[in-house]
Amino acid sequence: METILHYINLVLHVEPLRLLLYLAGLIMFVAANAAYLVLLERKVAGHIQLRIGPKENGPFGLLQPLADGIKLMTKQLLTPSGIDPILFRIAPVMVMVPAIMSFVVIPFSDSIVARNMDIGLLVVLAFATINFLGLLLGAWGSRNKYAIMSAARVVSQNIAYEIPMLVTIVAIIMVSGSLNMHTIVSQQLGGFWQWNLLNIKASLLMPAAFLIMFICMLAETNRAPFDLVEAESELVAGPFIEYSSMGFGLFFMAEYSNIVIGACLATILFLGGWGCPFGILPGVHWFLIKIYLLIFMVVWIRWTFPRTTFYGLLNLSWKVLIPVSFVNLILTSAMLKVF
Amino acid sequence: MSAIVEKLNDETFVLNLGPQHPATHGVLRVKLRMDGEYIVEAEPVLGYIHRMHEKMGENRTWIQYLPNTARLDYLHALAFNHVYVNAVERAAGIEVPQRAEYIRVITAELNRISSHLVWFGAFIMDLGGFSPLLYAFDDREQILDLLEAITGSRLTYCYFRFGGVSCDIDDQFITGSRAFVKRMRERLDMYRNLVTNNIITIKRLEDVGPITAEMCRKYGATGPVARGSGINFDVRRHEPYSVYPEFDFDIPVYHECDNMARYMVRMDEMEQSLRIIEQALDKLPDGPYLLPKAPRIVKPAKGDFYQAVESARGSLGLRIVSDGSNNAYRLKWRSPTFSNLSLFGEACIGMLLPDALALMGTLDLVIPEIDR
Repeated sequence: METILHYINLVLHVEPLRLLLYLAGLIMFVAANAAYLVLLERKVAGHIQLRIGPKENGPFGLLQPLADGIKLMTKQLLTPSGIDPILFRIAPVMVMVPAIMSFVVIPFSDSIVARNMDIGLLVVLAFATINFLGLLLGAWGSRNKYAIMSAARVVSQNIAYEIPMLVTIVAIIMVSGSLNMHTIVSQQLGGFWQWNLLNIKASLLMPAAFLIMFICMLAETNRAPFDLVEAESELVAGPFIEYSSMGFGLFFMAEYSNIVIGACLATILFLGGWGCPFGILPGVHWFLIKIYLLIFMVVWIRWTFPRTTFYGLLNLSWKVLIPVSFVNLILTSAMLKVF
Repeated sequence: MSAIVEKLNDETFVLNLGPQHPATHGVLRVKLRMDGEYIVEAEPVLGYIHRMHEKMGENRTWIQYLPNTARLDYLHALAFNHVYVNAVERAAGIEVPQRAEYIRVITAELNRISSHLVWFGAFIMDLGGFSPLLYAFDDREQILDLLEAITGSRLTYCYFRFGGVSCDIDDQFITGSRAFVKRMRERLDMYRNLVTNNIITIKRLEDVGPITAEMCRKYGATGPVARGSGINFDVRRHEPYSVYPEFDFDIPVYHECDNMARYMVRMDEMEQSLRIIEQALDKLPDGPYLLPKAPRIVKPAKGDFYQAVESARGSLGLRIVSDGSNNAYRLKWRSPTFSNLSLFGEACIGMLLPDALALMGTLDLVIPEIDR
C-alpha cells in the first residue's frame, strides 16, 4: 500500500504527468456533472411536479444520461442551408471549451488544484465571458430569426449582469487582498463565522453581496427565471434552434458546466471553499456538498418561478443590483480603511 | 409604445409565429412584422385545422350531428352539446325534465372548471413556469374521472340528448362531486398563494396587454376577455337558459383591462362554478333524466333559431335554419374565440413579443373552435 502511494506521489511530482492526470480528471468531472445534473434536474422537476421523473433505465433511472448521450450522438447533424458554416460549427466548441478551462484554476481542496495561479479568479472570469460569445456566434451563424433575437438578448443580458458580478467580486478581492483563489479560501477556514458571507466586519452588506452574486450566476448561466435567451415559449429554443445531435448536446453540457462553475465560484468567494462550517475535517467533500447544495437551489428555482421579461431583467440589474453592489464596494473600502 | 411604431423604417422583418410554435397551442399561425422585439403588425392566419363542421351539419341528421359538437372545443365540449340540444329542443318544441336540466348544469360547470384549469396551466407555461400545469392537470384528472363514469368519455363528450341526458347520475357521482368541490377550494387557495401572488407573475401581468371595452365591442369579444375589460355580460345571467336563474352566483368583473384582470376573472369564475355545482347538487330534483316520450326522429319546425350559452371562452352562439326536414338547412356557429382572437391584431401593436404572447395566452385560444 505504501509503495503504491509512494508511486502516486512520484507521478504527481512530475509536472507533465500531473497535468495530464488532472486534465483527464477534469474532463471526466465536467462530463459526469453535465450528464448527471440533467438527470438530477429531471428528477427534481419530476418530484416538484407530482411526477417521478426518469425511472426506466437502470435503478432510479441512473442509466438515463447514457441513453440520452447515445441518442444525441446517433442523431443526424443537420446544417441548414444559408448558414455561416464556420461560425455554426465553431460555436458549440467555443461554449464548451472555456467551461472546461475554467476548472483548471478552481481549488477543490487544499491540495487538489490543477494549477494554483495567482490570477486564478481573473482566469475564471475571462473564460466565463467567452461562453456568451459562443452563444452569440452560434445564434448569428444559424440564420434564424428567433436565434438572432436571442443573440441580441445574450449580449445585453451579459453586459447587464457582468457588471454587478464583477463589482461584487472586486469587493471580495479587496477584503482578501488576493486574486489567488487558494488564498481567498484559506482566509475563510475555521468555521462558518469566518466565511465572507458573514464577514460583516468588512462590509455590512456582505450577505446582500452573496445574493447579488447568486442572482448574477443565475442570469449568466441563462437559468430560470432569467432564461430569456432560451425562452421556450417565445423564442422556441433561442440560439440552439437550428442545432441537432451533439452540436445541441455540447450547448447543453456547457450550460450545466457553467452552473457548476458558478456554484464553485460562489462557494470559493463566499462559503469558505473546502472548509468545514464547524471547523472539523476540512476537505474536498465539504466543497462538493456546498456546490451541490447551490446547484440544487438553482434547479429548485427553475421549476418554481415563471420567466421574467427582458425589461424586468434589465431593470433588476441596472436599478437594483448595480447600485447595491457599488454601495457594497464603497462601504467595503471605507470599512477597510477605518478598521 | 406608439412612438416606436411611428419610427417605422425598413429595418422591420416578418416573423412567422406558428403554425408550429410552443406558444400558439395548436395550429394557429400569426404573421408578425417586427421591429427588433417590438411588434409593428400582427395578422392571425387561420385554416390549418378546418374540418367543415358547419357543412357536415347540413348533411347529417339532427341526432347524427350531436357527436360533432364535442369536436369543436375540446376543452369545454359540454357547452357545445348544450347549445346544440337547447337550440334543437326549442325548434322542435321538446320539453326537458327538471332533473335533466340540473344534470346538464352540473356537468357543464364541472367541464368549465376543467377548461379553466387547462388554461391556467398552459398560460403559466406561456409565462415560463412549468410546474403549475401538472398541478392543474392533477385537479382536472378528478373532473375527468367523474365525467368519464357517467358520460363514458373523457374529452369529447356526447352526453346531452334531445329531451334530457343519455344517462342518469348516481350517488357515487354526487359524493365525488361534493368531495371535488371541497378539494378544489383548497387548491384555489394554494394557486392564489403560490402563483397569483408570485412577484414575477404580478410584474408580468399587471398593466400589460390592455384590451379596452371599446375594442371588445368592436370585435365582439365576450366571456372573460370582455369581463376583464369591465363589461358586465354573462349569457348565464343576461340571456338566461336552462335552470341558471335558480342559482345564486356572481359574475366576476374587473375594470383594469390588463392581463391580470382577465387572469383574475377566470380564477374567480372557477370559484363561482363551484358554488353553482354545490347549489345544483343540493337542489337536484327527482324524476326522469330523459323525456320518456322523446321523439326518435327529431324534425324541428320550419324557421330560424338562435341559441347562446356561456362557454368557458365566452358567448357561444348557434344559429340553425330548419326547413322541417331530417337535417338542418343551414347551421352556423358563433364561436367565442374567433372574435376574441380578432382583436389580437390591434391589441398587440407596439408590444414586446413576450408580452404579446402573454396577451395571447389570456385570450384562451382553442384552435379547433376557431377553425371549425
